[in-house]
Amino acid sequence: MEIKLNGKWTEFPDGATVADVLDASGGQRPGIAVAVDGVVVRRSDWPTTAVPKGAGVDVLTAVQGG
Amino acid sequence: MDEEPLVIGTCKLTSRLIIGTGGAANLAVLERALVASGTELTTVAMRRADAEGGSGVLELLRRLGIELLPNTAGCRTAAEAVLTAQLAREALGTDLVKLEVHADDRTLLPDPFETLDAAERLAADGFTVFAYTNDDPVLALRLEEAGCAAVMPLGAPIGTGLGIRNPHNIELIVSRAGVPVILDAGIGTASDATLAMELGCDAVLLSTAVTRATDPERMAAAMRSAVVAGHLARSAGRVPQRFWAQASSPPR
Repeated sequence: MEIKLNGKWTEFPDGATVADVLDASGGQRPGIAVAVDGVVVRRSDWPTTAVPKGAGVDVLTAVQGG
Repeated sequence: MDEEPLVIGTCKLTSRLIIGTGGAANLAVLERALVASGTELTTVAMRRADAEGGSGVLELLRRLGIELLPNTAGCRTAAEAVLTAQLAREALGTDLVKLEVHADDRTLLPDPFETLDAAERLAADGFTVFAYTNDDPVLALRLEEAGCAAVMPLGAPIGTGLGIRNPHNIELIVSRAGVPVILDAGIGTASDATLAMELGCDAVLLSTAVTRATDPERMAAAMRSAVVAGHLARSAGRVPQRFWAQASSPPR
Protein backbone atom coordinates (compact mmCIF):
# COMPACT_ATOMS: atom_id res chain seq x y z
CA MET A 1 0.00 0.00 0.00
CA GLU A 2 1.05 3.61 -0.46
CA ILE A 3 1.03 6.18 2.34
CA LYS A 4 1.96 9.84 2.19
CA LEU A 5 4.94 10.03 4.54
CA ASN A 6 5.92 13.64 5.26
CA GLY A 7 4.29 14.68 2.02
CA LYS A 8 5.87 11.98 -0.18
CA TRP A 9 4.03 8.89 -1.42
CA THR A 10 5.90 5.83 -0.13
CA GLU A 11 5.26 2.09 -0.46
CA PHE A 12 4.73 0.03 2.72
CA PRO A 13 3.41 -3.52 3.32
CA ASP A 14 -0.31 -3.75 4.00
CA GLY A 15 -1.04 -3.60 7.72
CA ALA A 16 2.13 -1.63 8.57
CA THR A 17 1.96 0.05 11.95
CA VAL A 18 3.25 3.49 12.87
CA ALA A 19 6.25 1.74 14.46
CA ASP A 20 6.95 -0.13 11.20
CA VAL A 21 6.84 3.11 9.22
CA LEU A 22 9.24 4.78 11.63
CA ASP A 23 11.64 1.82 11.66
CA ALA A 24 11.90 2.11 7.88
CA SER A 25 12.46 5.89 7.92
CA GLY A 26 14.90 6.97 10.60
CA GLY A 27 13.77 4.93 13.58
CA GLN A 28 11.64 5.38 16.70
CA ARG A 29 13.98 8.05 18.05
CA PRO A 30 13.38 10.43 20.93
CA GLY A 31 12.16 13.96 20.25
CA ILE A 32 9.74 13.04 17.47
CA ALA A 33 5.95 12.92 17.31
CA VAL A 34 3.63 11.37 14.76
CA ALA A 35 0.25 12.37 13.37
CA VAL A 36 -1.83 10.09 11.13
CA ASP A 37 -4.39 11.98 9.05
CA GLY A 38 -4.05 14.96 11.35
CA VAL A 39 -4.46 13.11 14.65
CA VAL A 40 -1.57 12.61 17.09
CA VAL A 41 -0.66 8.97 17.77
CA ARG A 42 0.88 8.60 21.21
CA ARG A 43 4.30 6.96 21.37
CA SER A 44 2.89 4.08 23.45
CA ASP A 45 0.40 3.35 20.65
CA TRP A 46 2.93 3.27 17.78
CA PRO A 47 3.37 -0.55 17.77
CA THR A 48 -0.35 -1.25 17.75
CA THR A 49 -1.68 1.48 15.45
CA ALA A 50 -2.05 0.29 11.87
CA VAL A 51 -1.67 2.97 9.21
CA PRO A 52 -4.63 2.95 6.81
CA LYS A 53 -3.95 2.72 3.07
CA GLY A 54 -3.56 6.19 1.56
CA ALA A 55 -3.14 7.85 4.95
CA GLY A 56 -1.06 10.94 5.50
CA VAL A 57 1.64 10.31 8.10
CA ASP A 58 3.59 13.28 9.44
CA VAL A 59 6.70 12.83 11.58
CA LEU A 60 7.79 16.03 13.32
CA THR A 61 10.70 17.09 15.45
CA ALA A 62 12.03 20.29 16.99
CA VAL A 63 14.35 22.52 14.94
CA GLN A 64 15.81 25.98 15.42
CA GLY A 65 13.10 28.60 15.20
CA GLY A 66 11.38 31.71 16.38
CA MET B 1 19.66 42.90 43.79
CA ASP B 2 17.27 40.05 44.52
CA GLU B 3 14.31 39.98 42.18
CA GLU B 4 11.13 37.94 42.34
CA PRO B 5 11.18 35.15 39.75
CA LEU B 6 8.68 35.39 36.92
CA VAL B 7 6.14 32.58 37.21
CA ILE B 8 4.18 31.50 34.13
CA GLY B 9 2.19 28.32 34.66
CA THR B 10 4.70 25.69 35.79
CA CYS B 11 7.59 27.81 34.56
CA LYS B 12 9.69 29.78 37.05
CA LEU B 13 12.16 32.18 35.46
CA THR B 14 14.93 34.19 37.06
CA SER B 15 16.01 35.58 33.69
CA ARG B 16 13.39 37.74 32.00
CA LEU B 17 14.95 37.28 28.58
CA ILE B 18 13.47 34.54 26.41
CA ILE B 19 15.47 33.73 23.28
CA GLY B 20 14.37 32.28 19.97
CA THR B 21 16.82 29.90 18.32
CA GLY B 22 15.97 30.81 14.71
CA GLY B 23 18.48 32.54 12.49
CA ALA B 24 21.75 31.45 14.11
CA ALA B 25 24.47 30.60 11.62
CA ASN B 26 25.29 27.34 13.40
CA LEU B 27 24.90 25.58 16.75
CA ALA B 28 28.25 26.77 18.12
CA VAL B 29 27.28 30.41 17.57
CA LEU B 30 23.86 29.72 19.07
CA GLU B 31 25.37 28.08 22.14
CA ARG B 32 27.66 31.04 22.88
CA ALA B 33 24.76 33.47 22.44
CA LEU B 34 22.43 31.47 24.68
CA VAL B 35 25.02 31.24 27.44
CA ALA B 36 25.79 34.98 27.19
CA SER B 37 22.07 35.83 27.31
CA GLY B 38 21.50 33.95 30.57
CA THR B 39 18.15 32.75 29.21
CA GLU B 40 16.29 29.91 30.92
CA LEU B 41 13.53 29.48 28.31
CA THR B 42 14.05 29.22 24.58
CA THR B 43 11.79 28.64 21.60
CA VAL B 44 12.04 25.87 19.04
CA ALA B 45 9.93 25.22 15.94
CA MET B 46 8.29 21.94 14.92
CA ARG B 47 9.09 20.67 11.43
CA ARG B 48 8.94 17.44 9.49
CA ALA B 49 11.77 15.15 10.55
CA ASP B 50 14.00 13.72 7.88
CA ALA B 51 15.56 10.29 8.18
CA GLU B 52 19.00 11.79 8.88
CA GLY B 53 17.95 12.84 12.37
CA GLY B 54 17.38 16.13 14.16
CA SER B 55 19.19 19.41 13.92
CA GLY B 56 20.92 18.98 17.26
CA VAL B 57 19.17 21.95 18.83
CA LEU B 58 17.30 19.74 21.33
CA GLU B 59 20.51 18.16 22.57
CA LEU B 60 22.09 21.61 22.90
CA LEU B 61 19.23 23.04 24.96
CA ARG B 62 19.08 19.99 27.20
CA ARG B 63 22.83 20.17 27.78
CA LEU B 64 22.57 23.84 28.72
CA GLY B 65 19.62 23.14 31.03
CA ILE B 66 17.37 25.55 29.12
CA GLU B 67 13.64 24.83 29.13
CA LEU B 68 11.92 24.40 25.77
CA LEU B 69 9.13 26.61 24.49
CA PRO B 70 7.89 25.01 21.25
CA ASN B 71 6.15 27.37 18.86
CA THR B 72 3.50 26.93 16.20
CA ALA B 73 5.26 29.16 13.66
CA GLY B 74 4.20 28.52 10.09
CA CYS B 75 0.60 27.68 11.02
CA ARG B 76 -2.13 29.61 9.23
CA THR B 77 -5.21 28.24 10.98
CA ALA B 78 -6.28 27.40 14.51
CA ALA B 79 -6.58 23.73 13.57
CA GLU B 80 -2.97 23.61 12.33
CA ALA B 81 -1.73 25.37 15.44
CA VAL B 82 -3.59 23.00 17.77
CA LEU B 83 -2.20 19.93 16.00
CA THR B 84 1.33 21.37 16.03
CA ALA B 85 1.06 22.09 19.77
CA GLN B 86 -0.17 18.57 20.42
CA LEU B 87 2.72 17.12 18.40
CA ALA B 88 5.18 19.31 20.32
CA ARG B 89 3.76 18.09 23.62
CA GLU B 90 4.12 14.49 22.49
CA ALA B 91 7.63 14.97 21.06
CA LEU B 92 9.10 17.15 23.81
CA GLY B 93 7.07 16.30 26.89
CA THR B 94 6.10 19.90 27.68
CA ASP B 95 2.73 21.61 28.10
CA LEU B 96 4.25 24.99 27.24
CA VAL B 97 3.46 26.37 23.81
CA LYS B 98 4.12 29.64 22.06
CA LEU B 99 0.97 30.04 20.00
CA GLU B 100 1.54 31.91 16.77
CA VAL B 101 -0.79 31.88 13.79
CA HIS B 102 0.47 34.04 10.96
CA ALA B 103 -1.88 35.77 8.56
CA ASP B 104 0.51 36.02 5.62
CA ASP B 105 4.19 35.63 4.74
CA ARG B 106 5.02 39.28 4.05
CA THR B 107 4.00 40.72 7.43
CA LEU B 108 3.95 37.54 9.54
CA LEU B 109 1.38 39.42 11.62
CA PRO B 110 -0.74 37.31 13.94
CA ASP B 111 -4.21 36.40 12.69
CA PRO B 112 -6.34 37.54 15.64
CA PHE B 113 -9.34 35.32 14.91
CA GLU B 114 -7.41 32.11 14.41
CA THR B 115 -5.13 32.91 17.36
CA LEU B 116 -8.06 33.43 19.74
CA ASP B 117 -9.78 30.28 18.50
CA ALA B 118 -6.62 28.21 18.99
CA ALA B 119 -5.95 29.77 22.40
CA GLU B 120 -9.35 28.68 23.68
CA ARG B 121 -8.86 25.12 22.41
CA LEU B 122 -5.30 24.79 23.74
CA ALA B 123 -6.10 26.21 27.17
CA ALA B 124 -9.03 23.80 27.43
CA ASP B 125 -6.64 20.97 26.49
CA GLY B 126 -4.34 21.78 29.41
CA PHE B 127 -1.62 23.72 27.62
CA THR B 128 0.25 26.64 29.17
CA VAL B 129 -0.33 29.06 26.30
CA PHE B 130 2.03 31.94 25.51
CA ALA B 131 0.04 33.83 22.89
CA TYR B 132 1.85 35.90 20.26
CA THR B 133 -0.50 38.76 19.46
CA ASN B 134 -0.81 42.18 17.89
CA ASP B 135 -0.27 45.20 20.13
CA ASP B 136 -4.05 45.36 20.55
CA PRO B 137 -5.17 45.97 24.15
CA VAL B 138 -8.63 44.51 23.52
CA LEU B 139 -7.32 41.32 21.96
CA ALA B 140 -4.81 40.93 24.79
CA LEU B 141 -7.68 40.89 27.28
CA ARG B 142 -9.66 38.45 25.16
CA LEU B 143 -6.66 36.09 25.03
CA GLU B 144 -6.31 36.29 28.79
CA GLU B 145 -10.02 35.47 29.18
CA ALA B 146 -9.49 32.52 26.83
CA GLY B 147 -7.07 31.06 29.37
CA CYS B 148 -3.65 32.13 28.09
CA ALA B 149 -0.90 32.03 30.70
CA ALA B 150 0.94 34.94 29.09
CA VAL B 151 0.20 37.43 26.32
CA MET B 152 2.98 38.42 23.97
CA PRO B 153 2.29 41.60 22.02
CA LEU B 154 4.64 42.46 19.18
CA GLY B 155 6.74 45.61 19.16
CA ALA B 156 6.93 45.43 15.36
CA PRO B 157 6.65 42.62 12.80
CA ILE B 158 8.92 39.60 13.25
CA GLY B 159 12.48 40.10 12.09
CA THR B 160 12.12 43.81 11.26
CA GLY B 161 14.11 45.20 14.16
CA LEU B 162 11.86 48.28 14.08
CA GLY B 163 11.54 48.42 17.86
CA ILE B 164 8.33 49.24 19.71
CA ARG B 165 6.12 51.13 17.26
CA ASN B 166 3.26 51.82 19.63
CA PRO B 167 4.57 52.14 23.18
CA HIS B 168 1.25 53.46 24.44
CA ASN B 169 -0.56 50.31 23.36
CA ILE B 170 2.02 48.21 25.18
CA GLU B 171 1.44 50.32 28.31
CA LEU B 172 -2.32 49.89 27.94
CA ILE B 173 -1.92 46.12 27.67
CA VAL B 174 0.33 46.04 30.74
CA SER B 175 -1.99 48.27 32.76
CA ARG B 176 -4.93 45.87 32.47
CA ALA B 177 -3.25 42.48 32.19
CA GLY B 178 -3.79 39.88 34.88
CA VAL B 179 -1.20 37.56 33.33
CA PRO B 180 2.44 38.25 32.45
CA VAL B 181 3.05 40.40 29.36
CA ILE B 182 6.04 39.48 27.22
CA LEU B 183 7.17 41.84 24.47
CA ASP B 184 7.72 39.59 21.48
CA ALA B 185 9.08 40.52 18.04
CA GLY B 186 10.46 43.71 16.59
CA ILE B 187 13.35 44.21 19.00
CA GLY B 188 16.36 45.54 17.09
CA THR B 189 18.83 46.59 19.72
CA ALA B 190 19.34 46.81 23.47
CA SER B 191 17.44 50.07 24.03
CA ASP B 192 14.30 48.47 22.55
CA ALA B 193 14.47 45.69 25.15
CA THR B 194 15.03 48.21 27.93
CA LEU B 195 12.05 50.25 26.77
CA ALA B 196 9.83 47.16 26.79
CA MET B 197 10.69 46.53 30.43
CA GLU B 198 10.36 50.22 31.33
CA LEU B 199 6.85 50.13 29.86
CA GLY B 200 6.09 47.39 32.37
CA CYS B 201 6.48 44.20 30.40
CA ASP B 202 7.38 41.17 32.50
CA ALA B 203 9.85 39.75 29.99
CA VAL B 204 11.17 40.12 26.45
CA LEU B 205 11.30 37.46 23.75
CA LEU B 206 13.68 38.05 20.87
CA SER B 207 15.53 36.04 18.29
CA THR B 208 16.71 37.88 15.18
CA ALA B 209 18.23 40.81 17.09
CA VAL B 210 20.73 38.39 18.62
CA THR B 211 21.09 35.54 16.15
CA ARG B 212 21.57 37.78 13.10
CA ALA B 213 23.69 40.43 14.82
CA THR B 214 27.26 40.72 13.57
CA ASP B 215 28.41 39.35 16.94
CA PRO B 216 25.52 37.33 18.41
CA GLU B 217 27.32 36.54 21.68
CA ARG B 218 28.04 40.21 22.33
CA MET B 219 24.49 41.26 21.47
CA ALA B 220 23.11 38.53 23.73
CA ALA B 221 25.13 39.97 26.62
CA ALA B 222 23.80 43.45 25.73
CA MET B 223 20.22 42.18 25.76
CA ARG B 224 20.73 40.48 29.09
CA SER B 225 21.87 43.76 30.66
CA ALA B 226 19.19 45.73 28.82
CA VAL B 227 16.37 43.63 30.23
CA VAL B 228 17.76 43.82 33.75
CA ALA B 229 18.22 47.60 33.43
CA GLY B 230 14.70 48.17 32.19
CA HIS B 231 13.19 45.97 34.88
CA LEU B 232 15.13 47.76 37.62
CA ALA B 233 14.22 51.18 36.23
CA ARG B 234 10.54 50.29 36.06
CA SER B 235 10.48 49.10 39.64
CA ALA B 236 12.65 52.01 40.86
CA GLY B 237 10.03 54.59 39.90
CA ARG B 238 11.34 57.14 37.44
CA VAL B 239 11.18 60.91 38.02
CA PRO B 240 8.30 62.73 36.37
CA GLN B 241 9.11 64.52 33.13
CA ARG B 242 9.15 68.32 33.51
CA PHE B 243 8.83 71.14 31.01
CA TRP B 244 11.24 73.52 32.80
CA ALA B 245 14.62 72.84 34.29
CA GLN B 246 14.99 71.93 37.93
CA ALA B 247 18.37 72.70 39.45
CA SER B 248 20.18 69.71 40.85
CA SER B 249 22.79 71.89 42.61
CA PRO B 250 21.87 74.09 45.59
CA PRO B 251 21.17 77.79 44.74
CA ARG B 252 24.04 80.21 45.35
